[in-house]
Amino acid sequence: MSNELPIDLPTGREELAERETVLELDGVSKRYGDLPAVDDLSLSVRRGEFFTLLGPSGCGKTTTLRLLAGLDRPDDGVVRIGGETVAGEGSFRDPEERDVGLVFQDFALFPHLSVAENIAFGLQDLQAEERAERVEDMLTLTGLQGYGDRGVDGLSGGERQRVALARSLAPRPAVVLLDEPFSNLDVRLRVEMREEVRRILRVLRVTVVSVTHDQEEALSMSDRVGIMHDGRLEQVGPPEEVFESPDTRFVASFLGQASFVPGRIEGDGVDTPLGRLATDDLIDPPEAGTRLSILARPDDLAVRVADIPETNGQVTGRQYTGPIFIYEVELDDGTVVGCQHNHVAEYEVGERVRVDIDARHPLAWYPE
Amino acid sequence: MASGDGLGALVGRGDGHDGTARSPAGLTLVGALVAAAVLFPATWLVLRVVGIPLDRTIDLLTSPTMAEVLANSVALVAVVTLASALVGVPLAFLTARTDLPGRRVVTVLVALPLVVPSYIGAFAFVSAFGPRGEFADALAPLGVESIPSIYGLLGTALVLTLFTYPYVFLTTRAALLGFDARLVEAARTLNHSRWGAFRRVTLPQIAPGIAAGSLLVALYTLSDFGTPAIMGLDVFTRVIYVEYNAFGRDFAALLSLQLLAVTAVILAIESRLSRDASAYGGSGRRSGSRMRLGAWTFPALAYVCVIALLGLVLPIGILLVWLQRGSPAFAGGGFEFSWVVGWHSVYVSVLAAGVATLGAVPVAYLAARYRSTLTTLIDRATYVGFAFPGVVLGLALVYFGSAYAPALYQTIPLLVFAYVVRFLPQSVGSIRSSVLQVDPKLSEAARTLGRTPTEAFRSVTLPLIAPGVIAGAALVFLTTMKELPATLLLRPTGFDTLVTYIWRVQDAGYYGQAAVPALALVAISGLSMLVIVGREPNDVE
Repeated sequence: MSNELPIDLPTGREELAERETVLELDGVSKRYGDLPAVDDLSLSVRRGEFFTLLGPSGCGKTTTLRLLAGLDRPDDGVVRIGGETVAGEGSFRDPEERDVGLVFQDFALFPHLSVAENIAFGLQDLQAEERAERVEDMLTLTGLQGYGDRGVDGLSGGERQRVALARSLAPRPAVVLLDEPFSNLDVRLRVEMREEVRRILRVLRVTVVSVTHDQEEALSMSDRVGIMHDGRLEQVGPPEEVFESPDTRFVASFLGQASFVPGRIEGDGVDTPLGRLATDDLIDPPEAGTRLSILARPDDLAVRVADIPETNGQVTGRQYTGPIFIYEVELDDGTVVGCQHNHVAEYEVGERVRVDIDARHPLAWYPE
Repeated sequence: MASGDGLGALVGRGDGHDGTARSPAGLTLVGALVAAAVLFPATWLVLRVVGIPLDRTIDLLTSPTMAEVLANSVALVAVVTLASALVGVPLAFLTARTDLPGRRVVTVLVALPLVVPSYIGAFAFVSAFGPRGEFADALAPLGVESIPSIYGLLGTALVLTLFTYPYVFLTTRAALLGFDARLVEAARTLNHSRWGAFRRVTLPQIAPGIAAGSLLVALYTLSDFGTPAIMGLDVFTRVIYVEYNAFGRDFAALLSLQLLAVTAVILAIESRLSRDASAYGGSGRRSGSRMRLGAWTFPALAYVCVIALLGLVLPIGILLVWLQRGSPAFAGGGFEFSWVVGWHSVYVSVLAAGVATLGAVPVAYLAARYRSTLTTLIDRATYVGFAFPGVVLGLALVYFGSAYAPALYQTIPLLVFAYVVRFLPQSVGSIRSSVLQVDPKLSEAARTLGRTPTEAFRSVTLPLIAPGVIAGAALVFLTTMKELPATLLLRPTGFDTLVTYIWRVQDAGYYGQAAVPALALVAISGLSMLVIVGREPNDVE
C-alpha cells in the first residue's frame, strides 16, 4: 500500500533520549469543582517518541490530553509545545493555534462531509491543488485509496479510524494525540489496527501521545509509558522496565496479574509463607527487620504436588485462558496468590499443594 | 393476523429484515379510514373550486386583489420567518452552548412567548402602541405626538415574530443539544477558530433544526388568522374571512385553494432542504466545554431581557392593566363574561382530544411498527392538518355542511371533526415516537407467552406508550382551546367559547372584558408548554 513511502525503522532508545523535547507539562493541575482531575503533573516527550498514558478510567489521562490539545485550560502549571508556552504563565493558546492533532475516541468524523472533505478540513490554508495532493497522499498512506468521495456514515469501524487518523495527520502537526484510539473497535480489528497505526505514524515520524486503559496496547506500541493514578503519574519508563520493576504497588497490580507475598528480612534471608528466600533475590534489598510485600507475577510462582507436611496452601480456583492455567492458591497464612501453569489441568480445587517462588529475575518489593 | 389475506396482500410486505412485519388488515383498514376522513375537506375544497365557471375563475385569479393578497402573504411569511431565525438562533446558541448566567431560567423565559396566542398578543400591541393606546397616552405629556403605526405589514410581522420565534429557538436548541460538541473540538484541533468551526461544522449540522423551526413559523404565519385580521393586513386568511362574510364565496374558495398551494410550496422547499440532512442523529453523549462569553455576558443578557420584555411582560402586563380597569368604562355592552363560555371550550376540547387519540393510535402504531408504502402514506395523510389553515378548513366544512349535510352544519360534531383534522398530527407524532421507543421484542415475548396480538398490545405495548398517548391528547386539548378561525366559522349559533368571546369583545372594542378569558387562555397555553417540555428528554444541562 505504501511501499513507495519511506519507512523509518524503530528508533533506538539511546538515540531517542538525545532528541529535543517537543512537548512538556510542568506542574500542571486541573480541577473540576473540588475534584482534582490532574494533580501537579510533570512530563516531557521527545521528538518522534510514542508516549502512552496508561491508567484506569477516571485517572485523569483524558483530561491531560485535553489540556495538551487546548480544549481545557489548566488551573496551574505550564504546557509547552515545541519550546513555546501554550498554556500557563498567564497565557493560553486556542487549539487552532497549537501544532497539535487529535484523534478522538469515537473519531468525531464530520457526518455532513465526505471522507476527502473530512481529511481536507484542517488544510484550509493550502492552495486547492496542494490540498488535493495532500488528501490523496493521506488516503494512500492510510490505505483508503478510492474512498475520497464516500460519505462517512457507511464506513466500517476500521475505516472510520483510518479517516480520523488521516484527518488529524493531514496538517502535519508536531504532535498527534490519540484518545483511547482502539476502544471502539472489536478485539480482532484492534490488534490489526494497532500495527497499522504504528506503521503510519512511523512513516511520518510524528510525535505521539496516546491515552489508553488497555495495558497490552500500551506495552506493545509505546517507546515509553506513564502510569497514571488519581491524577498523578506513578511511574514513567520503557514498557518492560515499568512491567518488571513497578515503582508502586498500584503500578504492579494495574499491569498484569500481581500477587503480593508478605515477608520480613531476617539476616541474609527473607521469611515468607513460601519459605525463605535469599535477600539477593530482591531488587535493592532493604535492611534487616523490614517488613515488606514481594511482587509475584503468576509466572514467578510454581505449584507442585507434595507430601502433606510440605504443602503450604490449598487450590481455591482455576482460570483457563487457552494456552495456560492460572491457579488461585490460598496460602496457609491467608495470602491468595495466582500461579501460572502451562500443562493440562493437574490440580483440583480443594487440593493441598506446595507453591514455590520460581523467578529468574530479582523481585520487586514494597514496604508494608 | 390469520384473517383477511386479501387485504393483507394489498398491504404488502414489511421492511424486509423481519418477515413478520406485515401490517394486520383490520388495523390497516382503520388507519386508511382515518386518513381518508382527514383528507376529505381538502378534496371537497378542490371540488368546490372546480365547480366555479372557468371564465369567472380566470377573472378572479387575475384580479388585482388576488395579486395584492399573494404579495402581502409572501412578504409577511418571508419577513416573519427571517426575523424569527435571527431572534431564535442566537438565543438557542446562548442557552445551549455558552456559559450565560441563569441559562435555565433564560431558556424557559424566552420559550414562554409561545404561550401567548398571537391574536391576544396582537390585541395587546394594538392596545399598547395603537393610536390613543397605553403608550401613546403615556408619551403624550412628554411631547411625543405620534409613534410609528402598529398596523400593517411591520406591526403584523413584529407581533408574529415575537410570538413564533420560540419555534426556531426550541428546534435549534434541540439540534444544538443533540449535536456532538466534540465535532467542534475536532475542528478546533484542525486549525479552525471559533467562528470557523461554527460556520463549517456546527451550522451545517443544526441547519435541519433551524429549517424545521422556520417551517413551523412559516406555516403558522401563513395560516394565522387573528393577528393580520386585528392589525389590518390583507393576507389570505383575512381576505378569505372577509369575502366569506360578504358572500364572495367563489373568491373565498379560490383564495383558500391558493393558500393551500402556497403552503404546499413551503412544505416542498422544506423537504428539499432537509432531505440530505435527516440522518445526523448526533450521539451527543458529551457536551464538551461551553463557550465563555466574557465581556459579552452583559450585552447577551440585555438582549434576552429586551426579547422577554416585548414577548412576555408587555402582553401580560396589558392584560393585567385591562383586568384592573374592569371598570364601567371598559365593561358592558351586553358582553357579560360568564364561565359557561369556559365550560364550552373545555367541552369541545375534550371531545377533540378523545376523538383525535382514537384516530391517532392505529395510524401511529401502523407507521411505527409496519413500515410499508401504504402505512407511510396513511401516516403522511394525517399530517395534512399541519398544512391546513383553520380558516380554510372551516370554510371547506361550511361549504360541505351547508350544501350537503345541513343536519351537521353548525353542530358540535362537525366542529370537533375540524379540530381533529387540524390537530391530529400532534397526537400521531407523540404516539408514534412512544411506539418507536418500545422494543418490539417485548410484544414478541408476550406472544411467546401465549397472548394474541391484541392482548399483547393491550397488556404490554399500551401501558408502555400511555405517556405518549396522554401527552398527545393533552396537546390536542390545549391547542383546541386556543383555536380561533375554524371555531368562528363552525360553532353552533349562540355557542361561545373563550376564544370566540374574546374575538367578539375585542371586535366591539370592549378590551376590559377580554382580560379574564385571555389570561385564562395564556395559562392554558402555559400548560401545553409544560407538556412539550415534559416530553423533551432531560437534557437541559
